[in-house]
Amino acid sequence: MLILECPYCGVKAEETELAAGGEAHLKRFGPGSSDDDFHDYLFMRENPKGVHFERWRHANGCGKWFHAARCTMTLEVFGTYTAQTSEPTQEIKDKIAAKRPGWTWREFADGQK
Amino acid sequence: MSKAVSVLNGAQYSGLAKVEDAGLQGMITLRGDLDSKALKAAVKAATGAEVPARGAITVAENGAAAWMSPDELLLLVPYEDAVAKTTEVAEALKGEHALAVNVSDARGFFRLSGEGAREVLGKVSPVDFDAAAFKPGQFRRSRLAQVAGAFWLNEDGSFYIICFRSVGEYVFKLLSTAAHPQSKVGVY
Repeated sequence: MLILECPYCGVKAEETELAAGGEAHLKRFGPGSSDDDFHDYLFMRENPKGVHFERWRHANGCGKWFHAARCTMTLEVFGTYTAQTSEPTQEIKDKIAAKRPGWTWREFADGQK
Repeated sequence: MSKAVSVLNGAQYSGLAKVEDAGLQGMITLRGDLDSKALKAAVKAATGAEVPARGAITVAENGAAAWMSPDELLLLVPYEDAVAKTTEVAEALKGEHALAVNVSDARGFFRLSGEGAREVLGKVSPVDFDAAAFKPGQFRRSRLAQVAGAFWLNEDGSFYIICFRSVGEYVFKLLSTAAHPQSKVGVY
């Protein structure tokens, strides 16, 4: 059972109270973009064994979207953070680096500022 | 005008805990900036209660204000006053980025009391109801089995439960089943 703390309510919500929103920090390629970019935006998703970033919604609660960083292998949760950001916060990156030195995920990696 | 009736018109069930339709309750959904002075004043004027802290409910003599989300409150007022109070709040917040809507008739309202209240609610909701974890004055939006619901704990150990009116009968039957006298688990 996955338990995530909603950064807006401060509630430790378990999975059944939340709705999964897929991969985090996607950059939208809409009208005017190349077919390749649009294709990748629509279909290409990370499927890592290890550190992963996701969007979640506190559906049976405050109803707000937020981000979560967790490990897909151990279900360990590194932290949750606001939805109003286009990349993981430094605090989250540091927390992950403390537990998974050398982690990488898409364009983000350990040690990157 | 037709006579207003609460969702189950006063239905009751007694088992591990007492489940009852808590009757008509005026409810106003208020969205806006919870830190704004105008909003705080409007909430105080309408309910007599202060704007609650995160995850809390503030109860005054004739009303209450519950924290629904970072930008939303639920104001509880007497049913007869709901329409007037909604207008009052809307007037007071003119020019602010805020919205007040009377949702009294869209909700079901239940009271759960007695020894087994924590246990009964604990069976249908994924919330820790341990006495140390869930205290009077705490307000929580969560789910009641398959539907959304919100509840808070009173000083006397009873819970008030709010759900959508469309699922009112479901919630009543759900709580009644969970309160079946032979279904004690004995956790809380």
